[in-house]
Amino acid sequence: MADKSRPGKHEAPESEQKGFLADLFAPVAGFGVTFGTMFRKVETEEYPEQKRPTQLRFHGRHQLNRHPDGLEKCVGCELCAWACPADAILVEGAGNDDATGQRFSPGERYGRVYQINYLRCIFCGLCIEACPTRALTMTNEYELADDNRAGLIFTKDQLLAPLQSGMLPAPHPMVAGMEERDYYQGKVTGATDAQREWVDEHRGDDTEASDQAAQAGAAEGRTA
Amino acid sequence: MGIEEKLPAGFLLTTVEQVAGYMRKSSVWPATFGLACCAIEMMAVGTPDYDIARFGMERFSATPRQADLMIVAGRVSQKMAPVVRQVYDQMPEPKWVISMGVCASSGGMFNNYAIVQGVDHVIPVDIYLPGCPPRPEMLLNAILELHKQIQGGKLGVNRVEAARAAEEAAMAATPTHQMKGLLA
Repeated sequence: MADKSRPGKHEAPESEQKGFLADLFAPVAGFGVTFGTMFRKVETEEYPEQKRPTQLRFHGRHQLNRHPDGLEKCVGCELCAWACPADAILVEGAGNDDATGQRFSPGERYGRVYQINYLRCIFCGLCIEACPTRALTMTNEYELADDNRAGLIFTKDQLLAPLQSGMLPAPHPMVAGMEERDYYQGKVTGATDAQREWVDEHRGDDTEASDQAAQAGAAEGRTA
Repeated sequence: MGIEEKLPAGFLLTTVEQVAGYMRKSSVWPATFGLACCAIEMMAVGTPDYDIARFGMERFSATPRQADLMIVAGRVSQKMAPVVRQVYDQMPEPKWVISMGVCASSGGMFNNYAIVQGVDHVIPVDIYLPGCPPRPEMLLNAILELHKQIQGGKLGVNRVEAARAAEEAAMAATPTHQMKGLLA
């Protein structure tokens, strides 16, 4: 009873101003919001069918980039692994060797084993900041769910950027007459005929050879 | 569980399996198990912007006895591990687990004595979801992956057979402590 009398005292002047109709519909006024919502645009993201694009700077899955002729940018310096706060990255470098045809990157060394454990990675991007050659960047891809832990350790063949036009899959020699510095100064714009000949000569069919190389690399990474 | 367990293997059982799988996957009720920051993203999935109700999952169950899916969202501390196990045990069969975020999946960046290094040390996990925290779309993606698993679920004699095959494969596999190499 005390509850009823108290608001009566305070609200009496306001209710007099509102009038009869306002008083009548006051208990159902809240439904007006519900009713009005029926005519508003639906904001729900229809996820699997229509994906809303992420921001361009979104931190998604990593990517190991290539030079315009297809050689890898990664030099196996392990700075990304050192920068990683979650110890998610494993890199093992090895020396390029022109004599045996094992040249994967311009310069001295390349990343022989490159693994990122996506069940440790927190997508902070410190590895990207640490990378001296812009070999490691992040894509906007985020659909990574899997049903086992081993499947979420991505190896080099999964992380390498897809081949663009004018690229040849590593290993192959550098562009004739160019040195490592020239690659970073943008003087190399694509694979040359000499490189294509070398690849044809040493590996025959491109795609098959690259697939085999990738599988061999992955197997080596697992069992080494 | 019911009469489907007594069906003979063959056309009838596979049909029942498909129907049951469809029914199960379209009304998976999650148990609320937010442990840390991932829980905020899990809540975001419940908002109208992402609307988990589109998958028949809007009823986040506060009691494990009426839940089918446990979304372990956040790092599991050693002290929380028995609680996780108890809540899982209280859920009725069939039940599934999504390990949401890197901390729940593997310990993530918390590689220390306080955090369980992967909730699969405590309960069996069906889907591992990376991310720190995963964006709501990633959780929806994990749920859709789980739906595929549920749709392919076995019943009756097929289930027994699948369980036996899985056990044989596990017995034949290299034990973790004998694995050599770089994948750790």
